[in-house]
Amino acid sequence: MEYVISVMLSGISVGGQYALIAIGYTLVYGILRLINFAHGDVFMVAGLMGIYFTATLPIGVALPLVIILTVVLGFTIERAAYKPLRSAPRMSVMISAIGVSYLLQNTATYVTGGQPMTYPDLRLLSNTVNVAGTQTKWVVIVTPFLVLILVFALTLLINKTKVGMAMRAVSKDFETSRLMGVRINRVISATFIVGSALAAVGSILFFTNYPAITPTAGAMPGLKAFVAAVFGGIGSIPGAVIGAFLIGICETIIKGLPSSWDVSVFSDAFTFALLIIILIFKPQGLFGEAATDKV
Amino acid sequence: MSDQVLKIDDLKVSYGGIEAVRGISFDVKAGEIVTLIGANGAGKSSILRTISGLVKPAGGSVFLEGEDITGKDSTFIVSKGLMMVPEGRKIFPNLTVLENLKIGAYLRNDDISKDLERVYGYFPRLRERSWQEGGTLSGGEQQMLAVGRALMGRPKLLMMDEPSLGLAPIVVQGIFEIIRQINSAGTTVLLIEQNANMALHVANRAYVIENGKISMEGTGKELLEDEKVKAAYLGTVSHKE
Repeated sequence: MEYVISVMLSGISVGGQYALIAIGYTLVYGILRLINFAHGDVFMVAGLMGIYFTATLPIGVALPLVIILTVVLGFTIERAAYKPLRSAPRMSVMISAIGVSYLLQNTATYVTGGQPMTYPDLRLLSNTVNVAGTQTKWVVIVTPFLVLILVFALTLLINKTKVGMAMRAVSKDFETSRLMGVRINRVISATFIVGSALAAVGSILFFTNYPAITPTAGAMPGLKAFVAAVFGGIGSIPGAVIGAFLIGICETIIKGLPSSWDVSVFSDAFTFALLIIILIFKPQGLFGEAATDKV
Repeated sequence: MSDQVLKIDDLKVSYGGIEAVRGISFDVKAGEIVTLIGANGAGKSSILRTISGLVKPAGGSVFLEGEDITGKDSTFIVSKGLMMVPEGRKIFPNLTVLENLKIGAYLRNDDISKDLERVYGYFPRLRERSWQEGGTLSGGEQQMLAVGRALMGRPKLLMMDEPSLGLAPIVVQGIFEIIRQINSAGTTVLLIEQNANMALHVANRAYVIENGKISMEGTGKELLEDEKVKAAYLGTVSHKE
């Protein structure tokens, strides 16, 4: 029983961390119809910044700085690598995204020398706590609540504010949005800013749990978050969040199966296989656009 | 001329080397309804898209109340008081009716409640449906929403691209009645239409566009009675009324 609780706890926590990354994918896709391949690497860079900043600055300064600079990074990537290709075919923008992804990975290798770096103990998050008889880190408990708060705030932003309304309008129709006076580029920047900020928070939580950061450390969580976004129905925020939690839980359960079965090494393959099966029955993902637009 | 809301001078528009608009000049004076009629592909939509800043012209100039707005971006042009009802309505299907109206006032920071009431006055149906998503409305209701949305920007010039497209005749009548009301309340209107009969009835002045050039101009009444216009654009449609 304690074992089950601990598996579920860590599944929910990993899922929450994927969710914070997945939102960035789904937001950008919703507006630009672009799979932002660099997003996982932005997440990795946020992790590295966490290491360097906490080494010299107090946590209360370092973590906000990580979030701010990750936002600046996301914003700059969009302006420099995607905006000039606004009217180019989508495939070109995607190649640009792949290019940015490698640029970030190579830069990380250059800066760190390619050695795995260790994420610091952030006292509050790394301390352990006893839940129903199992020892677990605070980050595991904090993550799902923090994710819910952030998702709630994001939902308010998108549904209740002017910029949120513009995001929804732009996601449907660039041209008509422009005819209303909406500044498309500002709205697109706003989605990159939100997505990057959430990825930065995600990096703090994720790397506290899995503290080794290599230049490719963003690839796997990024890929899983992307899959979570597709699974939930790309473009849908609740879809991405629910998809991420499901993937996190699935993966942890498979990893947690008795070691005599010797399957834990296949946890990623099994997770993806499960997704393929679900997508066969629900190709649009859980909350995919049903395309009800009347013309 | 201060009463000129819009002045177009020798406007040229090309797409990939093909000239869609080949040197057009016309004007719209304050308080008028002016219509551009012409066949599909004559270049009417290209003219409106260029005026509203979606397309950069290949030549010529556009003046809004004397200010040169040639090639400016749409946000700037909207801020100067030009709103467009695009072809095919293009309401935002994922926004509620109320949000669709609010986004028409996107650049305004003042109180929009009066304009909202005014739009609901023209189209009571929109008030009843204000919480529905735009995509759930019928074609006619979507057209009302598109017109209402443009009015929310308090336009000095309202441009409408084929408002009758794909709508039942009775709905078209209603829309044109509203265009008349909006105009008599003080909004200047530039209308392009394939439904020449309706357009010429409502318009003060009209221009006939053929192959990217103006081939004829006159008052709505003059063109309605012109034999060439009758043959080319009114045809059998004219005895429907």
